Amino acid sequence: MAEANTAVSEQNVPFAGAGTAETVQLMVTVNGVDRIFDAEPRTTLAEALRGTLGLTGTKIACDRGSCCACTVLRDGLPVCSCMMLAIEANGHSITTIEGLAAPTALHPVQTAFIEHDALQCGFCTPGLVMSCAALLEHNANPDQEAILDAISGHFCRCGTYPHVMTATLAAAAKMRGDDNG
Amino acid sequence: MRNFTWGQAQTVMDAAAAASVTVADAMLSPPNTNGQAGASIVKAGGIDLLDLLKEKLLTADRITSLKELPGLDVITRTEDGGLRIGAAVTLANLARSPLVLRHYPALANATAHAASPQIRNVATLGGNLLQRPRCWYFRAAEYRCLRKGGGHCFAIHGENQYHAIFDNQLCAIVHPSTAATVLVALGAIVECADAMGAARRVRLEDFLVPPDEDVHRENSLRAQEILTAIELPALNPGTRMVHLKQGETDSFDWPLADVAIVFDLDAERRCKRAAVILGAAAPVPHRAKAAEAILLGRIIDEEAAKDAAHAALADATPLHKNGYKLPLFETLIRRAILRAAADLHA
Repeated sequence: MAEANTAVSEQNVPFAGAGTAETVQLMVTVNGVDRIFDAEPRTTLAEALRGTLGLTGTKIACDRGSCCACTVLRDGLPVCSCMMLAIEANGHSITTIEGLAAPTALHPVQTAFIEHDALQCGFCTPGLVMSCAALLEHNANPDQEAILDAISGHFCRCGTYPHVMTATLAAAAKMRGDDNG
Repeated sequence: MRNFTWGQAQTVMDAAAAASVTVADAMLSPPNTNGQAGASIVKAGGIDLLDLLKEKLLTADRITSLKELPGLDVITRTEDGGLRIGAAVTLANLARSPLVLRHYPALANATAHAASPQIRNVATLGGNLLQRPRCWYFRAAEYRCLRKGGGHCFAIHGENQYHAIFDNQLCAIVHPSTAATVLVALGAIVECADAMGAARRVRLEDFLVPPDEDVHRENSLRAQEILTAIELPALNPGTRMVHLKQGETDSFDWPLADVAIVFDLDAERRCKRAAVILGAAAPVPHRAKAAEAILLGRIIDEEAAKDAAHAALADATPLHKNGYKLPLFETLIRRAILRAAADLHA
């Protein structure tokens, strides 16, 4: 049984819904909405978000907590959703890239990423945007060092880091209402 | 990752009872046997554990979360003026704790620069101390190395640029915890609790296990036991401490070399007590006794720092790809000593 399960999970991650004895029911507040779903204990939060809930904006790249592409906010703090089990999000609040923008406008960090060309292939971008948005939530006027620390876990193999820096400084200025930013 | 059942311990005794086997012992099973039947392990932040499970270096039938245990995630002053850090305090909370920043700034520094912000928001101090080594042979399922129950250390004559320069004849891992470098320098005590409710207190320096004592584990945690707290002794007024880390990049990574210095100086800057501990140097944090002996009784100046740094490396046994660590350590030690002596508030 374990062998069969392993073989299946290697091909495509196990998604809940079957309601087997091996799954558990979870309640997670995702982007402000309470979502109730089944998941196996081994299912990572990243897998549940993408597979079960269809929120594919969160990207899985390394799946080992080494690249931060899968960054989401748990109770407001950036975490690697690949290194957290979905079961550990039970009862917590999760914000993904889909929940960052207001209904009618992009988040200022998203706008600044577009305006300052802070992405190329875009695969690492949702994670970077989440980290930069979380930083500005706690620090309205970050210096370069604070931004470097906030994005220190992110791998961008297109090398967009300098533009991410410019965009985040610009977004911070805009959010402060500083027109010259 | 094989599926497992999930539980949440409500008491420390239940949690300890849920650890049927240590992670180190569970990883000794020969490959392709699906691990020890019925292995039941415990998980706090679980960053290293998930890594091991995903790589199938570890399998478990049951995992019990420690996150619901009361009091395990708080930092409090002890009666004697020291600090008690619950084992489930996250690295992020430790690094920004006013008590830690004020009294043990070197520890705040070490934890603030461990891993990435995302990992620090989840990883706990207990898990950081108990994480398995990062040696790439140990981490690769294809290599059944000495530490995993095989008969050979592949690093000693292999790719060993990130490996030990001391105590590397049997197994050349370096201890993976940067926090441990500082905690050993501070004389930290770890507290473990067992399934009967008994607590065991032991100096971290003694809790950590070198290869010649037991090559299959990095610490003496037992089955049916969990790490509950790390206690720091009270400091003498005027104790100075510095932690310096040199990584390969400025973003996040384990250090190539790191150094913790703790010393007491009298009014004339004469050293009354010194701890010089090197991280990423040996299978356990390495106490540079020769350097400590040189500093003792000396007025801390450029010359003393230079002598101590030089002496610290005198008995190093670098491997063929990590000789670069010697000048790296020598510089870091000298800088850390001078910075500690200069910093009145450290």
